[in-house]
Amino acid sequence: MFVKMPVPDGAVLSRRGEIVAALRAIVPGEGVIADPASLRAYESDGLTAYRQVPLVVVLPETTAQVSEVLRWCNGAGVKVVPRGSGTSLSGGALPLEDGVLLGLSKFNRVLDIDYDSRVAVVQPGVTNLAITRAVEDRGFYYAPDPSSQIACSIGGNVAENSGGVHCLKYGLTTNNVLGVEMVMMDGEVVRLGGQHLDPAGLDLLGIVVGSEGLLGVVTEVTVRLLPKPQTARALLLGFDTVERAGQCVADVIAAGIIPAGMEMMDRPAIHAAEAFVHAGYPLDVEALLIVELDGPHAECDYLVEQVAKIATINRAVTSRVSTSEDERLAFWAGRKAAFPAVGRISPDYYCMDGTIPRRRLPEVLRRMAALSDHYGLKVANVFHAGDGNLHPLILYDANQPGELERAEDFGADILRLCVEVGGVLTGEHGVGVEKRDLMGTMFTEVDLAHQQRVKCAFDPQLLLNPGKVFPTLHRCAEMGRMHIHHGAVPFPDLPRF
Amino acid sequence: MADQAILRPNGTDELVEAISQAAARGQRLEVRGGATKSAIGRPGRDTTLLQLQGFDAVIDYDGPELVLTAGASTPLADIETLLFQNNQMLAFEPFDHGVLFGLAPAATLGGVIAAGVSGSRRLTAGAVRDHFLGLRGVSGRGEAFMGGAKVVKNVTGYDLPKLLANSWGQLAVMTEVTLKVLPRPQTVQTVVLSGLDERQACLVMGQALGSQADVAAAAHLPADINGGLALTALRLEGFEPSVKARVQMVREQFGATAPCDVLPAEASRLLWERVQHVGALQGEGTLWRINVPPMAGAEVIEQLKPYSARCLLDWAGGLVWALLPTTDGGQAVRDVASALGGHAMLIRAPEALRRSIPTQQPLAPGVAALTQRVKDGFDPAAILDPERFI
Repeated sequence: MFVKMPVPDGAVLSRRGEIVAALRAIVPGEGVIADPASLRAYESDGLTAYRQVPLVVVLPETTAQVSEVLRWCNGAGVKVVPRGSGTSLSGGALPLEDGVLLGLSKFNRVLDIDYDSRVAVVQPGVTNLAITRAVEDRGFYYAPDPSSQIACSIGGNVAENSGGVHCLKYGLTTNNVLGVEMVMMDGEVVRLGGQHLDPAGLDLLGIVVGSEGLLGVVTEVTVRLLPKPQTARALLLGFDTVERAGQCVADVIAAGIIPAGMEMMDRPAIHAAEAFVHAGYPLDVEALLIVELDGPHAECDYLVEQVAKIATINRAVTSRVSTSEDERLAFWAGRKAAFPAVGRISPDYYCMDGTIPRRRLPEVLRRMAALSDHYGLKVANVFHAGDGNLHPLILYDANQPGELERAEDFGADILRLCVEVGGVLTGEHGVGVEKRDLMGTMFTEVDLAHQQRVKCAFDPQLLLNPGKVFPTLHRCAEMGRMHIHHGAVPFPDLPRF
Repeated sequence: MADQAILRPNGTDELVEAISQAAARGQRLEVRGGATKSAIGRPGRDTTLLQLQGFDAVIDYDGPELVLTAGASTPLADIETLLFQNNQMLAFEPFDHGVLFGLAPAATLGGVIAAGVSGSRRLTAGAVRDHFLGLRGVSGRGEAFMGGAKVVKNVTGYDLPKLLANSWGQLAVMTEVTLKVLPRPQTVQTVVLSGLDERQACLVMGQALGSQADVAAAAHLPADINGGLALTALRLEGFEPSVKARVQMVREQFGATAPCDVLPAEASRLLWERVQHVGALQGEGTLWRINVPPMAGAEVIEQLKPYSARCLLDWAGGLVWALLPTTDGGQAVRDVASALGGHAMLIRAPEALRRSIPTQQPLAPGVAALTQRVKDGFDPAAILDPERFI
């Protein structure tokens, strides 16, 4: 484990008994977990390379309990790590040795569904897919669909601003959440947004979504519902070169088409997926594209034809159009199983999440291949091609001494490469612990300070989820100071430029 | 204000200098782009104008990447022309406030972002904040910084663009902005239902949005602002064969509800321009912009009847433009908006009213305190026009 968490506070560790008792007074019964065996279940999230047993786990059931827990911890100077379903791929819910882990799993109810206004109000522990399940009989769904949607919670989605394969057309979590109820670290309960569009003042909801659990604990979420499209059809397109596949993607968009999903896989990913699920993927191509169109029948039929033409112009060597729902799902089966498929051919894999300007894809893949040789580790790529979000899967074996460290170094080099070509460290998985120390490749100290002062406005004692996102958390008093460059000299008259 | 001083920094270094000096002196700055929204907010504030100019070049535009980066003082019209030539658009449909104040169009890209200006398509395509990807600017601390990025999908660090959109220049002066751009629809048609009252209209618009017809925008012009005949407009846009099929779907859905017409592309464009420019609500009085849950739009109109308000509904009822003939009723507008779970902003009003009532809806105490702390972080000396909305 390369990224160091804040040094545990010995004084807090020694007060463990008192802390457990205080939490039990707020959340009675089984809502406080303190025995070592049960705590172990919470030691890690989806980024399993990082593990830490928490000081204690508390599972409140009401907003009032969340408020009391946070108020008490704030007063006692005890750190708190919020956790939804624990599926974060960046270590966002990694516990702290001296911190309370606050789980929202008991907030699992759908509170209200308003079909006239097309919104649902849900508790944060409701899973992403459960929202769709609750409204699908009326022909609606919740659009963001992270691949962990069967398990991940909507509260976690809000924290991470989760995406999914359909977010090119339908947006990320931030574009589909209308309001939240949130408890601040000092216990105060605030409502941001609501069932109307656009805020009265600053868009605090916009900054809370994607804040990775550092600003507050969300206790209720209002999401936008969409009518399920009449139909969806997909094309499976194979290309001899990555360049041609990339050009096909650019040409589809240049033709004015925003597909519901547009996924690319490279040769290693295609082979791993095909060996695993036998989706019928061609094995003699360098790049495979899945392009999904959705909407009314007339639109889908028209667009499928347009995309097929564009693929032909770009010399696709495989071009199949789904003619049934089963066939469409078969096209997707390999892509959706890509991660476990890679997991099958390698003891371990490390999933990266950079975004690049799509036009730089061929160059990025070439340089990634060179890095792969350098580190002696294989890499397979799946790519949300429409929006440039790249998921390189680095294959390694944690039982071989040094391989995990090599994989992490390789991953860091890939992310630096993404930033170098004009992209970003993370498109949808979040910074968390994993990419924290790489933030400096994208932001200056001044940039980060402007972000951290937002943190200070919400949590001035820096007790909520410390050790994530920011490489260094500066004390808030220090951050607030202003450096007046011209303070030493008498001011000239007002300059008129 | 007579002889108001004007700062005209040339480039980022001079902007940093100007803001640093202002912060050191406690000199308050009103940031101005195209000055189309200068008449919004409390009048007579003791500020120095900071005219943003020269940040007006398109820095990077690559259509298939769906991203455009430009200087914040670039005229909105120039950007829209460039995108039009490339069959693309800003999907949130920004508009120029000049028309609301009898001014020539002069809105800048930074101005529409800072004021969170989104038009009719905001209902389905999202607001400014949903398309605002990255920025460079200088905060009230006199420090140049960047937030967000230049790619469409990014969750690295805090989403500062969200905070800067709709911040009205009270956190930072933006110098460079990156926006998501999208393909422009090949064609547009509008299904128009006539004679519905506001309640029926809200229901119809809600049902249309809940259907598979992929309605892009929905507005209602009550009879009193439309020559005695109420119109409910449902916009369908996209590729020709798709629009044709969806127009048919909408006609079948509502054919029995009300008389139904279809406006072809040009007539459709004119109607939506009228909605956008709140064309029917020109003239004397006070103009409010009220955001509520969509089904509450009709209720707003009902409750403002005692004040002889004339109203227009956009966003399927979720946005009410209300023109009150006198300066009476301001507090009633506020109370109605808040009781229905929304908020109201005073857009056009005589100075006396803008002095006596805050332009933006007062926030709940906890949210107000939090907002102030966030502002303090960006602008600790409180120089970025802090009294505009008080």
